[in-house]
Parts: sequence; C-alpha cells; structure tokens
Amino acid sequence: MSTHTIFLTVNGREHELTVEARRTLADMLRHDLGYTGTHLGCEHGICGACTVLMDGQPVRACLVFGVQADGADVRTVEGLADGEQLSDLQQAFSDHHALQCGFCTPGFLMLAEAYLAETLLADDGADALTEEQARELVASNLCRCTGYQGIIEAIVATARSRRK
Amino acid sequence: MTAIGARLPRAEDPRLLRGRGRFGDDFSAPGQLHARVVRSPAAHGEVRALDVAAARNAPGITAVVTAEDLPRNLVIPVRLAIAGTDLSAFLQPVLARDTVRYVGEPLAVVVGEDPYACEDAAERVEIDIADRPAVIDARQDPPRVAAELTRGYGDPDAAFAGAARVVEIELAIGRHSGVPLEPRCLLAVPGREPGELAIFGMTKVPVWNRDLLADLLGVDETLIRVHAIDAGGGFGVRGEFYPEDFLIPWLAIRLGRPVKWAEDRAEHLMAVNHSRQQYHRVAAAFDGGGRILALTDDIIQDNGAYCRTHGVAVPELTAAMLPGPYRVPAYRGRVRVVLTNKTPCGTYRAPGRFEGTAAREHLLDVAATRLGLDPVALRERNLLSRSELPHARPISTLGTDMILDTGDYPALLAAAVGETGRLGYRDLAASVPGGGLGRRCPVARRGFGLAMFVEKSGLGPQETADVSVSRSGAVHVLSGGTSLGQGIETVLAQIAADALGADPRDVLVTAGDTAAQPFGAGSWASRSTVVGGSAVHQAALAVRRRAIELAARILEAAEEDLDLAGGTVSVRGDPAAALTLADLARAAAPASRYLREGEEAGLSARRRFEVSHMTYPYGVHAAVVEVDTGTGRVRVLRYLVAYEVGRAINPMLVEGQLRGGVAQGIGGALLEEFRYDEDGQPQAITFIEYRLPTAAEIPPVDVLLCQDAPSPGNPLGVMGAGEGGISAVGGAVANAVRDALGLPGSVGQLPLTPARVCALAEAIGGTS
Repeated sequence: MSTHTIFLTVNGREHELTVEARRTLADMLRHDLGYTGTHLGCEHGICGACTVLMDGQPVRACLVFGVQADGADVRTVEGLADGEQLSDLQQAFSDHHALQCGFCTPGFLMLAEAYLAETLLADDGADALTEEQARELVASNLCRCTGYQGIIEAIVATARSRRK
Repeated sequence: MTAIGARLPRAEDPRLLRGRGRFGDDFSAPGQLHARVVRSPAAHGEVRALDVAAARNAPGITAVVTAEDLPRNLVIPVRLAIAGTDLSAFLQPVLARDTVRYVGEPLAVVVGEDPYACEDAAERVEIDIADRPAVIDARQDPPRVAAELTRGYGDPDAAFAGAARVVEIELAIGRHSGVPLEPRCLLAVPGREPGELAIFGMTKVPVWNRDLLADLLGVDETLIRVHAIDAGGGFGVRGEFYPEDFLIPWLAIRLGRPVKWAEDRAEHLMAVNHSRQQYHRVAAAFDGGGRILALTDDIIQDNGAYCRTHGVAVPELTAAMLPGPYRVPAYRGRVRVVLTNKTPCGTYRAPGRFEGTAAREHLLDVAATRLGLDPVALRERNLLSRSELPHARPISTLGTDMILDTGDYPALLAAAVGETGRLGYRDLAASVPGGGLGRRCPVARRGFGLAMFVEKSGLGPQETADVSVSRSGAVHVLSGGTSLGQGIETVLAQIAADALGADPRDVLVTAGDTAAQPFGAGSWASRSTVVGGSAVHQAALAVRRRAIELAARILEAAEEDLDLAGGTVSVRGDPAAALTLADLARAAAPASRYLREGEEAGLSARRRFEVSHMTYPYGVHAAVVEVDTGTGRVRVLRYLVAYEVGRAINPMLVEGQLRGGVAQGIGGALLEEFRYDEDGQPQAITFIEYRLPTAAEIPPVDVLLCQDAPSPGNPLGVMGAGEGGISAVGGAVANAVRDALGLPGSVGQLPLTPARVCALAEAIGGTS
C-alpha cells in the first residue's frame, strides 16, 4: 500500500505525517492525530457527523482521503472553543437543548459554523437567518435524538446575535 | 429544595460540545488489535465450507476464528424471560456453525493490527453455502412459530356475539429499529490476572452483560469491569448482549492483547436488533351507545431468525398494553412469534406500544366513522374515568401485575383537544393546501388525526445508588443507570442536590460503571429517573441525615435546630455557627476525632429502591398532515404531544425526550423500513435506503407537559418520559392520513411510503 507524507494544519496546529493513500481524513484525524471529536456515523457521506472544515468549507471527512488534506487548513470541533470558554454557537446549542447523545453534534456545529461565517461575510446583515433557511441547512445532517428543533433554534439565535 | 423542576443546562453538554465526549471508538489501548466480523451473505443455507486460510495468511492478520474454535453449543440466553415460554431451541449461536439463518449472521472473526487490513482479509474468507429457501413473509403457511402467547380476561367471544356493532381492521407495522447515530463499538482490555478484563462499550445493562460474560468465559464476575462511557444513542438496541459481546472479550483473553471492534453502518443495519414488524387483526365489539364491550387482537410478530435477549418481551408487551387507557370489559390479545430469515428482533423505544397503539387507535377512528361518531367523542365515551383509577387489569407484563396507577385520562384528552384548537390545528387541517400547482395531478389534501395511549415506566425490581461527599465538598453519585444521551447525569444530579441541600453543579454522576455500582440494573424501559432517581433520592436523604447528625455533634446543637441548604449546615438563628459539606466530609474521615468508636467512617450512603409495580404515564398525540395524492408524499405540518409525567425533574429534558421520540416515530410512520428481496437479501443497508428523517421531514413539535398526577409508587412522584414521544405517532399519523384521504377503512400498513399512499389514493379515486 502506497504511503504519502503530507503537511496540514488542524485548528491552527501544524502536523506532518505519513499516511496510506486510502486512509480517510476522518480516520487520520481521529486515530493518527487524536482529534476524536470528529465522529463517524455512516462512512458513506449521508449522516454528516464527521463534518469538518477544510479551508473554510464543510466536508464529510469520511469521503475525503487524508492525502487530499495535504496543505489544507482543517478545523474540527476541538477548535471552536476559546480555551475553556464555549463559542457562542456551542453555548446556544446547550441553551436550546440542541443535543442529547452529542454524537452528531460536532458535525452540526461545524456545518453551522461554516454557514454562519459565509453568510455573515456575504450579505450586509440586514436580515437574520430565517427558521426555514436554518431548517434547510440542518437537513444536510442526521440527528437521531433531538428532532432537530433545538438545533434550528440554536443556529437562528446565534445568527441573530452575531448580526447585532 | 429547588433543584427539582428547574430547566438547568445539562452537565453533559460542555464535554460533548467541545469534542471531549468519550464514545466507544474514542478509546484505545496500547498494543490493541482490531476485529472484523465475517457475516453470512446468504439468508438461509447449509455451511458446506468456510476456508479461512487465505485470510489468515493476509498481511497484518493475527488470527481468524470460526465456530470450530469456540466452545460447542454456545448460545446467547434470554435476559427478559417470560414465564411459560421455552425459547431454548431458537437462541442465536455466537458464531454460526452448520446453518446460517439471516444475511449478516456472524460466521468468523478476523483479527489484525489494522482495521483496514482486517477488512481486506475478511473478504478473503471463502464461504461455501448451499442455499435453502428463505422465509421472508411471517404470514406464510405453515409458519415457524417460536412461541405463542395470549393475554386477556373476561369472555370476549360472548361479548362479540351479543354486540350491536363489531368493527375489525388489519394493520401491518413495518420493520424498523432504533438506529442510533453511533454504531456499536467494543474494546476489551485484558488485565494482570487471568480472566481480568476492562470493557468499554456495554452501555445499557452493564452489570447483566458483565455477569453473563463472566458465566460464558467461566471467570469470576468481579474480574470484569465495564466502564462508564458516552454512548451515541441507545433506543433499546445498543447494549444488549450480542454475539460480538462474547467474541471480542473472548478474543482479548485468548490472544492476550486488547481487541477493539467498531462496526460499520451496513453491519449495524443488518446485525443490530430489528423491531416492530407485526401484523394486527384487531377488532372491537360495541353496544348501541358506542361503548366498548370487548377487544381482540390477533397478532403475528415477524421475529427474524432467532430469539435474542428480549425473548418474547416485545410481543408480550404488545398484547398486555393493547387495551390502553380504555374501559375494556373483556379482552384477548394473541400473538404468534414467527421466525423468518431476517435479522432477529429485540426492543426499540416503546416496544409493543408503538405497534399496539397504532392498531388500537386506528381501529377507533375507523369505528368512529362506522358508528357515526366523532373520534374524540368515541374516545371520551370509553376512557377510564378518574374515579376508576387505580385500575387493576387482570394482565401481567414483564413479570408485574398491571395496575394503571393514577391520572385523569379524560382531562388530558380534553386539554389536548383544547390545545389543538388554540394552536389552529383544526383550521389548518380543514384549509385548502396551496401546494401542488402546476403538477399533472395537483391534488393535495390535509387531514387531522389524534391517538391516545398509556405508557409504562419504572420497571423494577430495584435500583441501587451510592451518594457520598468528598473532602472538597463535591457530591458523588454512583448509579446503575447508563448515560445514553437522555441526560441522566443532569437529572440524577438535580435529584441528589435537591435531597441533600447542595448545588447541582457540585454533583458528579457516574452511571454504568460496574466497579462503582455493582448492583445496577441499567437504563431501559423508561426506568432510570423513576427507579434510579428514587434510589439516589433515598441515598442523598440518608447523607443529609448523616451530615446533620455529625454537625449537631460538632456544633453541640440539637439536630432539630439545624438547617442544610446550599451545601452548608447552620444553626437556625445563628448563621455564624455553620459547617460546609466539605467540613463534614473531613469530620467523617477515618481517624477523625468526631467519629465514635465503631462508627462507620465517611459521609456516604448506599440505598436500594425496590418496586414491584410499574407506573403508567399517558398522553395524547395529534397531527396535521398534508398528503400529495400525485406523488404520495406525506408531510407532517403540525404535531402535538400532551403528556402526563407526574413530576418533571427537568422539564427541558422531558420535552427533549418527547420531541426526539416524535421524530423517530415519524420515521417509522412514513419513511423507515427494512425491506428484503425474495431471496432474503436486505434492501436497506445504507442511509440511502434506510431513510432516517431529516429536519426537512420533522415539523416543530408542540408539547403540553402536564404534572397533574404524581405517581404514588415512588417518593419523587415521577413517571418515565423516554418513550411517550414515540408511542402514538404511528396511530396519529395513520389517522391523519386516513382523514386526509377520506378512507372508509384502514390505511393497511405503516410506514406510509409514497407508493403506498398513491395506492390508497388510487383505490378511492383520489387522483382522478
């Protein structure tokens, strides 16, 4: 099995490692680099629990090979909080009871983080995110515990507070 | 005492939000090997040959084991045995030896240094199976019946013979399951002593699994420690004792190295317990005034290839709970548990009640039409009244006598109906949909449906809790429940803090560690808040008494003059004379001068809460749906759950349980289904075919949470909340779709997939 040496940044930290060509980004993050906050729920790109940001874009880490992240800036759930202080989005998830078992949560957080960052940059902030828009976004990923309501509310609330 | 009833943020959240949760596959041990299970590709057949040589010689492979390597006749026993049924001929072997009976049945295990290498090698196992015909439909004649059981009382046949009206329907419930988002995972780490094992990944009934594993391995059970870990959802399926729960620990001992197994999603969907699939023929006899004289249900349960740890608990619960909240003078529920060549069945959240509630509540709506009554009026006429509770039904279930303990069913129905009116459900259902324009058959119809149910919760016989205060003043709770995402750590902390007079944030809960709590009975059957919580309540009260006793001694005050609040004991009227729980924990330490001779050290207590009857919460579900008769798509526009919980320890968490349950129920009512082709090949082994609902399919769920009927059976007055969100979804959605289409009879089958809805619409000319 051929191996490749790659360089990448994860949550601002640089890593150099040698991986098999077929090793997924998810397995590489979890088992080679120790970022176990990225979870695998289906390994075929449907559930989105493994969503991480690659150069700011949300990707399913189960559908990306580790070698494809060569030179990339990767963000995982471990990079959201500022020290012990939860990010506003993380705090909103707790406030709105947007998680139960918490297994899908990192994927939703990263998905929402990318979306909020992009839309905040893209428009003038006149309109806050609507519930319908949030629902469409959240429909990208699967949660088996919450029924999604809290997740939608948390994202809408974060969008609103970030635009103030 | 204010911690109970507060919408406190969850203790579990910070770690889970930061990616610091510790789920099964997050654990690793130095030198660990990985396992891959080789599964049967055939639904039914004779194993002629199993050639593992190529796999054994593959790079990075340590061992390949088959049934030949295991002790003979190794089968997994029933956990929930029901008196009068002998299932010994139908139990699942750990590895199939001569015969395979479903696609996905374990045949061999490949163990190696790397999971990718194991997966490669597993494909090199050569399997030669002589196919036999696969049984896919449990209704085939003659059926292979593993068990038959009947629950009932009175003389229903006589009642039917003398009835003014008899209404009968058929309703089939689809095959679906809990499908937690985290697949199963197990890590077994051998210790220093022969037979010593640390296990990560048994997260439902850890003590029971530990004891069974010890028996199967022939070692003392205290050599095995099951650790408390985070679990990515349970829903009944995770943590039962499966073949892998023997294989992985056994391999770790045999190979003398840690062994880890993490299943993939395809494996999960064909290996973990399936549930639900039943065929009901349910009938009611009415008098001239629409009063129920008798109820019967003839049920076929498609149990899959074997009887697993739940034995016949699901069919038994189906039959036992079927009369629900109604006054039913005579009843007979008969279930035949039929084996087929599919994945074996177990429980899934609200086992037997999702199915039975759907059948009964759909029957009532059809009956209302036939009797010319409003569905609500028909129910009002037949609900047990407040004065009729407690109501002892001459039925036993799960080894307990059924006594519907408390409540006011008509009042909750009235409240739910009022709420649907207030929220505009009826108007919405009666309005003309705007969608569908521009299509060839632009016919969308709306409908309203409701369903009422009785749940069960708080199954005993016991739960044990330890509560102790450490030198820092922190309160430790050791519970036998397990943390599956339901928020047990938060709830038990609130209960302990309330009884003890401490801040809930100072309470640390360990749930599901067999060394910390060796007498735990686990988290299932909506029992943890009721039974586990009551044990914590009693232990915390005992610690409180102990703290006051010690403080009285130290402060030289009378116990009755002392208050304990906010973690501090003080003399009433003299706040300066005070001791914190930390002070008192130190004062209770061994060699403390405050301890009397022979007095036990420590500020701690262990208490066992025993209960012989379950407590029965109840509720009403109501749905507004829109049915597109052109495409067959059903959209749930609004959904209400009205639920009596006795007392909510944390209302936010109860609402979360109910909302999450509704989402799963909508999955089962509209989307999720394990289908098989005629050869027994499973057709749903990815999330593309097995359709979990997304946010696009789940509406905001309205919740009317009632705390009007505290349970008399436990000191907290609580009833369980884990299952009431899902129990009646099948019934409510079926009734709403029937209303939308104006069907004269039953919808026939759940889930109501587009194809089925189109067929129903066509049958009544709905697309013309």
